[in-house]
Amino acid sequence: MSQVFVITEHINGQFEDITFEMLGKGKEVASSTGGELVAVLMGSGQKDLASQLGVADKVIYADHAELANFNPEAHSKTAAAIVAANSPKLVIAASSSMGMEIAPAISVDCNMSMIAYVSNISADGQTLVSQLYGGKMNVESAVEGNGCVACVLPGAFSGDAGQGGGSPAVEDFTAPDLSGLKIKFKQLIAPDSSGVDITQQGILVSVGRGIQNADNLPMVEELAAKIGGAISCSRPIVDNKWLPKSRQVGKSGLKVKPKFYLALGISGAPEHIEGMKDAELIIAVNSDPNAPIFDYAHYGVVGDLFDIIPELTGKL
Amino acid sequence: MNIIVAIKQVPDLVEGLEIDSSGKDLDREWLKFKLNEFDDHALEEALVLKEETGATVTAIALNADGIDKILFTAAAKGADRIISVTGDFGDVVSSHEAASALASVISQLDHDIVMTGVQAVDDRDGQLAVLLAHHLKMPHVSVVTGVKVNGSSATITKEYGGGMVAEFEAELPVVLGIQAASQTPRYVPVAKVRQIMRSASIEEIAAGGDSAGAGSSVSRFFKPESGGGAQMIEGSAADQAGKIVELLKEKGIK
Repeated sequence: MSQVFVITEHINGQFEDITFEMLGKGKEVASSTGGELVAVLMGSGQKDLASQLGVADKVIYADHAELANFNPEAHSKTAAAIVAANSPKLVIAASSSMGMEIAPAISVDCNMSMIAYVSNISADGQTLVSQLYGGKMNVESAVEGNGCVACVLPGAFSGDAGQGGGSPAVEDFTAPDLSGLKIKFKQLIAPDSSGVDITQQGILVSVGRGIQNADNLPMVEELAAKIGGAISCSRPIVDNKWLPKSRQVGKSGLKVKPKFYLALGISGAPEHIEGMKDAELIIAVNSDPNAPIFDYAHYGVVGDLFDIIPELTGKL
Repeated sequence: MNIIVAIKQVPDLVEGLEIDSSGKDLDREWLKFKLNEFDDHALEEALVLKEETGATVTAIALNADGIDKILFTAAAKGADRIISVTGDFGDVVSSHEAASALASVISQLDHDIVMTGVQAVDDRDGQLAVLLAHHLKMPHVSVVTGVKVNGSSATITKEYGGGMVAEFEAELPVVLGIQAASQTPRYVPVAKVRQIMRSASIEEIAAGGDSAGAGSSVSRFFKPESGGGAQMIEGSAADQAGKIVELLKEKGIK
């Protein structure tokens, strides 16, 4: 394989963990195919960030005022221009809020295939495994033709292999014309830190879609109070406005590592698992015996939440 | 203002998933389908904007078994137009193919905002919103949790990890991948859907453009290996609860 490209991600001057996970995997594919690992860095006055990308054989850096903060239009245009100018066979992007703007843009603009939710890439970079159907099914794809953009899941690969290394050459890339952008960055807003900080709780009673509606939450609150923990939840609960964003565990929410995590009616989509898999003790209750959460929980209970919750509250 | 919402149906994951005899797809015989939940949020956000600005909302979907019900449900919720895009689609339509077909029709319609769900459980070859935007040569913002229209522009909230959000100002037209609507998607009773089926009609428009493939092929489906997996606690609800309490005591948690 000629070249493996990794689209790095940073926010507030810090690389996201996934950047190093992508570099580690990219290095493996590049090495086994006799190719070169190239890290793509976009920013404004941030060339020095390249020094942290030592695993790469080369860094391509595009500098432009419009790239100072992530901008879906500016970053996707620039990334596509960099890829088009180099025609790598494999581009690794993140299955993240930024990667989901960039990867499809490269795919369409550079006429490359795209594979999403990638959890594994073969040594030759030609076979990719995706986690689909909420983590309930793995799908292996064979890449054809013109090269592929792989959007990899956070946590799928070790970040250690992407750390350290030497000081790669940094090649400047002149950003494409970014005048007259239709999308303007306004501001970054940090999460609301008032109220309970679920990342600091020793016990979390976490609810998912299985709770069915907001009227069933008081039952869970009672259990949480009895057990001495706080309530957290999976994404659908926040999307439906039943609990505030500050309670969300997972990819777009918070990463938690409590002593005890009780997952009630949470199926265990990869986005959720990412946020709680390091809890010391995980017990999952779900009516579906095939729910992926049971692969990550230490103990599992197949049953009806509305039977188990009152029983548990009663016994505590 | 014209808002177009692209929607699709996906397998209902409440059902157990099985692999078919080819080993390269789900066994579809017993699958139940439902509206992609993120598309439901996109439709909801469009309907909220309709209430705020008087916009016209068009729901559009690729033709498939069961899509009529999904489109009539959208009409019952408040969509002004419902369009089924016809073409030679197989059981599995790749996101690239869908983006190309939808773009060929949407480009002929008036549009200020094109919305769709941020993702779907089956989009193996990428999420529709940004693919669609690049086929339409329109700017995009995805993972959107807030849209406020101010005349010819919109303030868009995009979500990152860890609860961080960014705010953008987008000059219309724009394509948005919606993560969550500003309110819980509305529910319509079946009776209202039946009623609208008698008065509303689905417009059929043939897909044009090239039939872009995904550029990759599925070699196999396989179920995730359980990573050691949970030790299962059996018995009645009372037994199970009792065993959980014992465990918590054993581990010094309670």
